[in-house]
Parts: sequence; structure tokens; C-alpha cells
Amino acid sequence: MAARKKTAGGTREPDGSHRAIRTIAPAAPPPGPRPSDHLSRAQQLELYYWMRLTRTLEERLVALYRQTKVVGGLFRSLGQEADAVGSTFALERRDVMSPLIRNMGSMLVKGATPLEILRQYMAKSDSPTRGRELNIHFGDLDRGFIGQISPLGDMVPVMAGVTLSFKLRGEDRVGLVYVGDGATSTGAFHEGINFAAVQRCPLVVVVESNQYAYSTPSWKQTAAKQMVDKGPGYGVATEQADGNDVLAVYDVTKRAVDRARAGGGVTLVELITYRRKGHAEHDNQSYVPEGEIEWWEANNDPIDRYLAVMRESLGFAEAEIAATDARVRTVVDEATEIAEASPFPEPLDCLTGIYADPPAETPLWFREGTRAAVERNERAEGWGTWNAGADEATR
Amino acid sequence: MSEITYLEAIRQALFDEMERDPSVFCIGEDIGAFGGAFKVTEGLLAKYGESRVIDSPISEIGIVGAAAGAAHMGLRPVVEMQFIDFIANAYDILTNYVATARYRAFLPCPMVVRGPSGGYVRGGPFHSQNPEAGFIHTPGLKVVYPSTVADAYGLMKAAIRDDDCVLFFEHKHLYRRIKGVLPEGDGVVPIGKARVAREGGDLSIITYAAAVHKSLEAAEQLQREDGISVEVVDLRSLAPLDDEAIVATVKKTNRVLIVHEDTRTGGLAGELTARINESCFAWLDAPVMRVTAHDVPLPYAPALEDYVLPQASDVVRAARWVARY
Repeated sequence: MAARKKTAGGTREPDGSHRAIRTIAPAAPPPGPRPSDHLSRAQQLELYYWMRLTRTLEERLVALYRQTKVVGGLFRSLGQEADAVGSTFALERRDVMSPLIRNMGSMLVKGATPLEILRQYMAKSDSPTRGRELNIHFGDLDRGFIGQISPLGDMVPVMAGVTLSFKLRGEDRVGLVYVGDGATSTGAFHEGINFAAVQRCPLVVVVESNQYAYSTPSWKQTAAKQMVDKGPGYGVATEQADGNDVLAVYDVTKRAVDRARAGGGVTLVELITYRRKGHAEHDNQSYVPEGEIEWWEANNDPIDRYLAVMRESLGFAEAEIAATDARVRTVVDEATEIAEASPFPEPLDCLTGIYADPPAETPLWFREGTRAAVERNERAEGWGTWNAGADEATR
Repeated sequence: MSEITYLEAIRQALFDEMERDPSVFCIGEDIGAFGGAFKVTEGLLAKYGESRVIDSPISEIGIVGAAAGAAHMGLRPVVEMQFIDFIANAYDILTNYVATARYRAFLPCPMVVRGPSGGYVRGGPFHSQNPEAGFIHTPGLKVVYPSTVADAYGLMKAAIRDDDCVLFFEHKHLYRRIKGVLPEGDGVVPIGKARVAREGGDLSIITYAAAVHKSLEAAEQLQREDGISVEVVDLRSLAPLDDEAIVATVKKTNRVLIVHEDTRTGGLAGELTARINESCFAWLDAPVMRVTAHDVPLPYAPALEDYVLPQASDVVRAARWVARY
């Protein structure tokens, strides 16, 4: 990796200088019992399982990427596992979630399998999109997650419509959509949250403030001091939490989900976290101030923090944690083996399924085995069928 | 049955489909209490209420995106663009999200985006556009543009029943000028089928929307003054195109003029010409020619708009040239 320079990253000081981001100071949680107090012991362990699975699976993907078996870009959520897992953990099975590129953990919680993710990254024919889409861009309505597209913010109006359908049909379901701090600058974000707010759709909009959108720091993205300040302008409720504290993430999201379910409309949730890897694997993060990433790795890793809570407050034994780690390794190893053995798609499959009907497009004539249309419409009688009489009349 | 206008036919199709299928709902700016800028949706709110006739914020991305989300969940939204010119605001979500949904994610997106299109109404640059070409170019979208009362009714019904996203262009110049009687039965017009608007043997004009009427006017004059028998083919569906009907008329008359109100460069005429070359070049006795709007934003003043948009006299002049070639 190239040496990092001190550039425009970090936070902006009043005098215009920049410094590395080393603190997060979300609003204090309301007093009284927290939703996470009601999590069972199995659920407490499950939170750890999903975070560990996210990290281990991504590490496996890095290895496959370096072997060129991941044919496209690779997007990490290193350091953001708690915000992804803790928030989707607040949803019920029937609820619908739309992830973002750093929400592999959210998708795993909602039922996506490591095998699906590996096949998808490796562009295999039996991947969820049959090799049509990249990385974690896939979904399944039955399990309640809808695949994102690359233009940022677009999933906000789409999820407004999904939750509008819940409202119109009187279904007891809630939607949750993730955006990054960068996507809050888009028109789609604005139009989507505004529409959902006016319609009082049961929608939770989660802004993952991970401090960078590609190379652009949050303070170049918006003049708002914090993302949650955008909520009052839309007339929606707001919640904010330390995104690296998985229980705090669960607490605020659960409150937002409960509010939506009770007819309270939209909540804008800000989860403050930090992106420790680049936008994708190719990104050397030369724009990040020196020492910033290392500080977060050493002092504010979400899995380390939760492990400490598990050991000190929740009373988990080392053996339970070790058994979970072993289970994660087995799951990832087995899925990798199957995914590597999967075939690549057949080219002709790409011509199907653009529309419900017709089921297949015609291959282009110059592709092997296809006749040119001009041969199908040969003019046996040759040139010049112009009617002589009519010809006279017009000359 | 009594005669109704092109606009009333669209409204009737909305009423009939909302009545037939409770999953159909309408959403758009000022479509409820006000009945829409052109009153296409007048009366829907009173009959179906605010949950099925939704007055939206000024928010083309928001309402198209929301329609897509609702469509995924099994509803059938009909989105109004107050003027079709504003569909440009929703270009990203239509082309990147809606058009690809089935292909990349197997997500159904049964929705209609409809709106008043076209010129000849002194509407100026932002109330007169024909933006169909950009969407015809996008795999995954269907595009229809009727020119008659029966087609406005029948294609709207087909669009609402279609399991993919259909862009339904309504020509505002035809809204109250064209009258007709609805056919017996459900009147559904299949998407992807052209219509022969006038039979002829010497030359084919392939056209759609308001230009169909300019072409019919020209055909009448050509028959009367030159004795040229002109066939007028009304495409009705622009995506998918009816290749069979195009080839059939080329084989019949061997001379083709394409007429559209959209601007020239990148317009549908270029695509039609290429398809004719690819499939039946040997049947041509003359180069395929086109009459289109000039490549300029549509100006407001009558003298300017009339000059920019194709008129019947332009069609006559071009048709004579093709016929004599």
C-alpha cells in the first residue's frame, strides 16, 4: 500500500485544518430499560455469530479476490459489522430490508447464505442473479431483502413504495433501508424520505455515518453537523447511536422499528461508525490522515468491544465463543468449496428474462448459428417492382 | 355507444382497470382533488378514495421509485407525469432501477408511467417534448404511444395488465381533438402490434402518435393530387417494435418514408431505417427517408414551432421525392 499522506480527510477544525477522527459522540440513550435487555442468551450469542461470520466471510473473499476468483470489485465492511448486524437484528422475518454495499452482515441476518454471497462474487451460474449482478447486489422477497443498485439513494424511494404497500394493505410489516453518509446528498434520498414522511410509511431510514464516501469525508458531503440533523426538516423522528456498539445499534433501531409498526411513520437513524478499508479493495486510502485507521483498529473495533461485553457483563465462557468461531470457520470453508466447484453461466442465458413476456430475446444474427434477417426476406424477383403506371403519374 | 375523446378514453381505461383490479392505484402530482393538469384522472378520487388516488409531492424520483417498490409487492401503480417532459427527473430510477429489476433481481415491476407528451400546442420547451427515444433505447422498458381513441383505451388497459413497466405516452394535441367510439368487449390492444391506419400500394409511411394524423392528411393529398397510393402504418408500440408489420409494408410498397415528431438525431427513424436495411434491403426501390422535427429545443412562438415540427406539407414533399426516386 502506498504511504498515506495527510490530506483532506478526517474532521474539520474551526480554523479549517483537519485532524483524524478519533471519537464518536452520539446522543445519550434515553433512561430506563433498553430493548437489548430483553434479548435472550441465544440472541446475544447470535449477534456475535453474525458479526464474526461477516468478518470471516469477507476475509475469505479477500483471499479469493487475490486469487482472481472474485472477478469484480470487493467491498469490505471491516469495522462496521456491528451497525449492519445490530440494526437488521431489530426486524422481524416478515419485514423487508434493503442493504447497501457494506451491509453483508444485514443480509446474513435476513437469511442470505455465505454460499450465495460467494457464488455471487465469483459470478457463478447458480449465484442468486445467475451471474448478472455483482457482489452483494441481490435480494429475495420471501426472506425480505431487496437488492440495491449502484446509484446511491435510489433504494429510499423504492423502500418508500414497499412500505406504502404495507400501509395500503394494512399489513403489519416494516421496511428498513440503508444509506451511507454520501447518499444523503442525493435527490433520490430527499425525495424518498420526504415522500415516505408525508405518507407516514412504516419505514426506518438508517444512515451509516462511516466518515467517508469513497474518498470524500463527511464534512465535504454536507454542511449539517451530523446526519441526524436532517430529520427535523422532513418532520420525521430521529435516533442516533454509536454504530460500533452492537447493543446500542439494536436499541435505537428497535425503537424506530417499533415506532413504524405502531403507525408512527418514518425514523431517520444515524449510526456513527468508521470505514477501515477503502471504498473497495483497489482503494489505497491515500486520502486518510495518518494514524486514523490504526487508531480505530486498536481502540474501537466492534467485535472486540462486543467480546468484552460478552465476557464481562453477559457471562459468556471462552469455550462458547471459541465454539462459535469454529462454527463460522466450518460454514465458510464448506460454502467456499461448493462455490468454487460451481460452473460459470452459459452465454445464451443472458438473453432471457428482460421481460415477463416474451421469455427470450433473439440472438443477434452475426452470432454463430443464426441466420441474417436479410436472408429470411430475400427478394426472389429482384429489383424494381415499381408500378410503371404510378411511376408515370408522379414524374 | 357514443363518441368520446382520446382523453376520455384514457380516463375510461383507468376507471375500468381500477374497478376490475383492486391492486391498481394512481399516483401523481395534483391528480386527486384537482383531477390532474389535463383532467385525465378527474373523478377517480371521488370513486376510489385517497388510498388509491394519491396526490404526491413534486417528486418524480420519489413517485416512480415508490411505484416500483409497491409493484414489487404486488400492486399495480399508474404514475402520472404532469407533463412527460418531467420524466427526465426520473430517468435514473427508470433506466437504472426499474428497467433492470426483472433481469438482475427477478423482481416484477408491473407499473405504468403515463403523461401528456408532444407539441403543436404552443407549450414551449418544457411542455412539448417527445422523450421516447431515450427509453426505447433502454432494454427492460416497454413504450407505447397511441394515436386513436380505441388504441388509447386498449393500450392503457394492456399497459396496466402488463407484468413489466410500460411508459404510456399521451399526445396532448390529440386529447380533445380526436374522437371515436370504443369497440365492443374489453378492447385490450396488445402491446407490440402495429396498425395499418390506411391501406396503400405505392409508398409506406411508418409513423406514430400525432404524426399519424399529419401523415393521413398528407396521404389524402397525395392520392388526390398525384395519384400516389400511400399506406400509413401506425406503430402504436415503440418498444417492442412490430418487425413483422414493418417488413410486410416494405415488401408491399418497396418505398418507405418515416415520420415522427421527435427530433432527428437519435430518433426512432434511424433505428427503423437500420432494421429495414438489415431485414429487407433488397425489397427497397428507394432510400428510406425521414421527416422529423429539427434538432432544436422546441420554441414557443407559433411561427417557430410550426417550422420546427413536421407538418403535412413536409410529409407530402418528402413522399413525392421517395415515390419518384
